[in-house]
Amino acid sequence: MMKILGTSLLIEKKLTPAPISYVIVPLISVFLALSVGAVFLTLSGHNYLEIYAAMFGGAFGSRYGITETIVKAIPLTITSLGVALAFRMQLWNIGGEGQIYMGAFAATWAALFFPAGAGWWTLPCLILSGMLAGGLWALLPAIPRAIWGVNEIITTLMLNYIAISWVSYLVYGPWKDPLGYNFPLTSLFPPEAILPTLAGSRIHAGLFFGILLTLLVYVLIQHTRWGYEIRVAGESASAARYAGINGQRNILLVMFISGALCGLAGMAEVSGIAHRLQPGVSTGYGYTAIIIAWLARLNPFAIILVAFLFGGMQVGGYIVQTSGIPSSMVTMLQGLLLFFVLGGELLTYYKIRKSSVSPANQNMA
Amino acid sequence: MSQEIFVAILATAVTAGTSILYAALGEVLAERSGILNLGVEGMMLVGAVSGFICALKTDNPWIGLLVAMLAGGLLALIHAFLTVTLRANQVVSGLALTMFGTGLSGYLGQSYVGVPLTTPFKDVAIPVLRDIPVIGPVLFNQDPIVYLSYFLVPLLWFYVYHTRAGLQMRAVGENPSAADSMGINVFRSRYMYVIIGGMLAGIGGAYLSLHYVPSWMENMTAGRGWIAVALVIFATWNPVNALWGSYLFGGIDALGFRLQTFGVTVSPFFLKMLPYIFTVLVLILVTKRNLAGRIGSPQALGLPYDREER
Repeated sequence: MMKILGTSLLIEKKLTPAPISYVIVPLISVFLALSVGAVFLTLSGHNYLEIYAAMFGGAFGSRYGITETIVKAIPLTITSLGVALAFRMQLWNIGGEGQIYMGAFAATWAALFFPAGAGWWTLPCLILSGMLAGGLWALLPAIPRAIWGVNEIITTLMLNYIAISWVSYLVYGPWKDPLGYNFPLTSLFPPEAILPTLAGSRIHAGLFFGILLTLLVYVLIQHTRWGYEIRVAGESASAARYAGINGQRNILLVMFISGALCGLAGMAEVSGIAHRLQPGVSTGYGYTAIIIAWLARLNPFAIILVAFLFGGMQVGGYIVQTSGIPSSMVTMLQGLLLFFVLGGELLTYYKIRKSSVSPANQNMA
Repeated sequence: MSQEIFVAILATAVTAGTSILYAALGEVLAERSGILNLGVEGMMLVGAVSGFICALKTDNPWIGLLVAMLAGGLLALIHAFLTVTLRANQVVSGLALTMFGTGLSGYLGQSYVGVPLTTPFKDVAIPVLRDIPVIGPVLFNQDPIVYLSYFLVPLLWFYVYHTRAGLQMRAVGENPSAADSMGINVFRSRYMYVIIGGMLAGIGGAYLSLHYVPSWMENMTAGRGWIAVALVIFATWNPVNALWGSYLFGGIDALGFRLQTFGVTVSPFFLKMLPYIFTVLVLILVTKRNLAGRIGSPQALGLPYDREER
C-alpha cells in the first residue's frame, strides 16, 4: 500500500495480465516519452511538433528513409536477439557494443589478411571469424561469472571500452590504409568479402541473417529442451539447480552465443556497409539493443518490430541534426522510453485501486 | 624514477581518483540501503555538464558544484521512484538512467563543447602540512573538493559503522522486513540514500568539468561511473576502502598518462585500456576473495521490498 497525494492506493499483483496491456502499455510509454522529450525541446527553443514530424517523415516518409531505417534495423535486430538471449537467463550482457567491435575487427582480419586469397569461401570465413571473435569476447566475462559469480554487468561493460580502444589502435596504427590520405581507415575489402545488397540500395544480406536468426532464436527458446533450461534458469537459479540443469555450462554457452550474434552484427556492418574497418563501427547499437530487448519483452518477433522503429528513430535523429538538434536527443528519448516502459510494467502486472480500508486498519492486518 | 616524478604521479592519482571516490561513496550508501543504482555514469555526466554550465554563467565554481549535486539527486529520484515505489527491475532502471543521463548531458552541453572554464577550482596549498616531504605535495597541495573528501570519508565510515542511523541503513539493506517491523521506514530510507548517492555522483562528475579537465566534452566521464560501481565491490561497501580503491585507480590512470615521459613507447590506445583491464582483473580477484571470506553484498541488494509479501 502507498499514499499518493493523500489517497491510499492498494497495489495488488494480477495473476494473468490482460493480453491487450502488452500492446497498450508500450504505446502509452512511447507517447509519454515523446511528451517529456517535447518539454525539453520546447525549453531549448525548438518547435517539437516540427522536429517530431521531420524525424518521422525522414525515417518513414520516403523510399530513401525506409531503406536507411532498415539498414539501421539490421544490426539492431541481430544485437538485440543476442542480448535478449542472455537476458532470458538473467545474464546481463551489457557488452554488446564491444562484441560488435570485436566481430568487426575479426571480419576485417579475414577480409584483408586471409592467407589463401579471396574466393567463394571468403564471406563464410568473415561470418565465422566475426561470430567467433564476438563469442570469445563474451566468454572473457562469462568464465569468471560461471566459476566465481563475478558481476558480469561491469566486466562486460569494461570490455566495451577495451574493444573500442583496440579497434582505434588498429585503424590509427598498423592497419591504417597507406593510400588513405592519413584517415583512420583500413583499405577497402576485396569484392568477395562484401555482402551482396538488394538491387540499387544499401540494404545488405544482413537483413537475411536478421530474419533467419529471429526464427532460429524463437525455435531455440520455445521448442527445444535447451531453451527450456534457459527459461527455467532465468526464472530461478535454485530451481534450475534442483532440476539438475548445469548452470555453469549454460552460462558459458548462452554468453558465447549472445556474443557471437553481436559479433555477426559487427561483421555485417563492416562487410555490408562500410566495406572497411573504421572508428565508430557501432554507434551505440549494443546499448540500444538493451532497450529494444526489454521493450520487446525478449520476444524475437517483437524484437524485429521494435528494432525497425528504433532504426527509424536513429535515422530521424540524423535528419533533424541539420536543424541544430544534437543526435544525443535520440539517446535521451531512448532512456526516457525505458523509464516509462518500466513504470508501465506496474500497470501490466499490478492492479491499482483506492484503498477501502483506512491505513490504520491496514497496518493492523 | 626520480622523486619528483614519483610525487607527481601520486598527486595526480589523488586528483584522478577523487571523481571516482565521490561517485563510489554515493553508491556505497545506495547499495547499503539495498538499491543497486547502475545510473552512476549518467548522473556523473549530468552533474558534469550542469555544473560546468552554471559555473561558466555565474563565474563561481561553488554554484556549479551545488547545481551538479541537485541535478544528480534529481536523477537519482527517478531511479528511487521506479525501483522503490514501482518495484521496477533495478538493473534495467539504472541502465535507463545512464542512457538518459548520457543523452541529456550531450543535449544540454552541445553548445559548450571545448569552451574553457574561466573560474575552475584552484589548488590551495595548506600551510605547514604542505611542507611534509612526499605527503605534503601529494595530499595537501590540492583543491577544495579533495580536502572536502578527506572529511567526508571518515564521516561516512563513522556514520555507517558507529551510529544508530547507520545501523538502521544497513538493516534496511540486509533485511528490510525485519527493519520494517522494528519501525524503520524502509521506503523513506531507501529514497534518502539513493538521492544522497546521486548527489555525490553529481559532485564526482562536476569535479571533472570544474577542476580535472576543466571544460565540457561529450561522454567526458569515460566509464568512471562504471569503475565506481565496480569499486564498491572492491571496497566491500566500506567508505575507507573506497578511498584506497579510488586512489589506486587514479594511480593507474595517472601512470598511463605519465608512462611516455619515461620514454616508454606504447600506443596511447593501450594506455587508455589500462584502467578498464585493471577493473576487470580487480573485480575477479576481489570476488574470489570475498567468496572465500564470506564478505558478500547486502543481502537484500537488488530486491524490491513489498510490504504485502513479507
